Amino acid sequence: MMREIDEKLRAIEAEIEELSAKTDDYAADVRVKELKSEKKKLLRQCDNLTPADKVFLARSIKRPKIDDYINALFDDFFVQRGDFLNKEDKSIYGGIAMFHGTPVTVLGHRKGRNINENLEFNFGMPEPEGYRKALRMMKQAEKFGRPVITFIDTPGAYPGLEAEQHGQANAIAKNLAEMSSLKVPIIAIVTGEGSSGGALAIGVANSVYMLEHAVYSVLSPEGFASILWKDSNRSAEACDLMKLTAQDLKSYNVIDGIIKEPLGGIQQNPNKVYREIDALLQTELAKYKKMTPNELARNRYDKFRYMDAAIIEAAKKEN
Amino acid sequence: MGLLGKTKAELAKYATVLRSSGKENSELNDDFEPVVVREKTEKKKEEGPVEMTACSSCKKEISTSVMKKNLCVCPECGAHNKISAARRVRNMVDPGTFRKLKCKVPFVNPLDYPDYEEKITKLQEKTGLEEGVLIGVGEIHGQKAMIAVMGSEFLMGSMGIAVGEKVTYAFEVADKNKLPVVMFTASGGARMQEGILSLMQMAKTSAAVQRFSDHGGLYVVCLTHPTTGGVSASFATLGDITLAEPGALIGFAGPRVIEQTIGQKLPEGFQTAEYLEEHGFVDQIVPRSEMREVVGQILKLHERKRWPL
Repeated sequence: MMREIDEKLRAIEAEIEELSAKTDDYAADVRVKELKSEKKKLLRQCDNLTPADKVFLARSIKRPKIDDYINALFDDFFVQRGDFLNKEDKSIYGGIAMFHGTPVTVLGHRKGRNINENLEFNFGMPEPEGYRKALRMMKQAEKFGRPVITFIDTPGAYPGLEAEQHGQANAIAKNLAEMSSLKVPIIAIVTGEGSSGGALAIGVANSVYMLEHAVYSVLSPEGFASILWKDSNRSAEACDLMKLTAQDLKSYNVIDGIIKEPLGGIQQNPNKVYREIDALLQTELAKYKKMTPNELARNRYDKFRYMDAAIIEAAKKEN
Repeated sequence: MGLLGKTKAELAKYATVLRSSGKENSELNDDFEPVVVREKTEKKKEEGPVEMTACSSCKKEISTSVMKKNLCVCPECGAHNKISAARRVRNMVDPGTFRKLKCKVPFVNPLDYPDYEEKITKLQEKTGLEEGVLIGVGEIHGQKAMIAVMGSEFLMGSMGIAVGEKVTYAFEVADKNKLPVVMFTASGGARMQEGILSLMQMAKTSAAVQRFSDHGGLYVVCLTHPTTGGVSASFATLGDITLAEPGALIGFAGPRVIEQTIGQKLPEGFQTAEYLEEHGFVDQIVPRSEMREVVGQILKLHERKRWPL
């Protein structure tokens, strides 16, 4: 459904843009008004999205990218590049920045706004160098006592020849292990799609939040269908089964909260969402300020250690 | 699942219950139970024609009993065929020393995946394993260790909640009792049927390894065929010492997916144990017949108190 609505929205937005360029044209003004009300009507239809709709929205090229979030939420951003071992992986973007007077390390997957950018950033699919760069930044944050804020938006780890040759598995595993014991707070936000180890490799956080229409899963729905049913075309079915929406994951204790999006997705009014994230980050950081470095690490360990405890206990009772 | 609609406070309560059940001052014995490690198929002893097994590599028909005596290594071509978890344990530990780790994880089906429970029950009957990993304490050349062996015969040794929980608990018990951990991995990766909670097992197990390691524990991993996906990207590649069996397939993404992505055929020997050794991710490749010696040697080298005394 979302796909059709999106097509109509695009056509309307393009026409509005074209007409708005004309000045002193009464007929154009009238048409723009008409179009705007049509758009509102369409957006109102977006209040009951299926999981497949959400996957579509989560992947939308119009969703804000990591640099949009950094510009909107932080000051004095200083970009950091390279893993200092092999190369600069552009699918991970980040550095040091100020958040309301507190220095923080901020990083995340980088997707592009068009095909050229996406080719440059490898569609936000990291290779081992990307995870190692992220780890370098996080260990540095620990050294200087900076909180870490990560933004997750990736189709998954890059399945390439060099990625394997350079130890993709090992690079992801190291991040999981090191993040679990990092002695500064980590806050992760899934902003788009969070797929597989590529997402989790920067997602072992004290608090994990998701945008309302973001998705987070063990694998992309296509990959899931391909592995289980040997048919990647059954991805819609996989979407319904996988429990990959923010609402499902909240009920599974995998995430801590959901950040509301406007009807039709964040791109309809990004500033409103940025304000919400800003407030959320302030509350979260204030909460973790009260914990000692060891308590922070313990808090994170326990979060993942006992994430499925309720589900295990419930099953024990049933049997 | 009964979890839906639970408040955060209720969830926290569950977590506390589970946490406090970790017996702090218990004797080692309380965590383990005696067990007879035997493959289910070994019970049947039928008269009749000699049973034959085809080598997975050279395809030659070998008598099954010869194959088993040879630890499933093909006497013709030397290929390391898959070996059951039970047989592996018997091959590694000193006779009569193995006791199984007590860690019962009930069946869970978080996605309500169709026919999943039947599948698991059937596998339990067929393999004699509770789940995709067999864990216990045993002695290797007289040195006590926590030994974990993944069974590729159990749904490709895939990691769901049960495997993740058992592996994590093994590291916690080993940490508490200052035991080294010897792990044999064999897995297709995260168990898709359990969805996101399978992915979360990667974080859970890796965190347990990290804590064990921070406390000075020795972790020896042997990567066996196949070790891929979510297991390779978590506890399998976090060892202090990493061994591999000859010819084992080891990697994160599957070769088919990579070929589709890069649009070309992969080079001969890509993602094998030898390839990993060449690229610097394996300490030593060890043939199965020497594994017990080598692991024994590693344990011995770490036995002494650390310098300076």
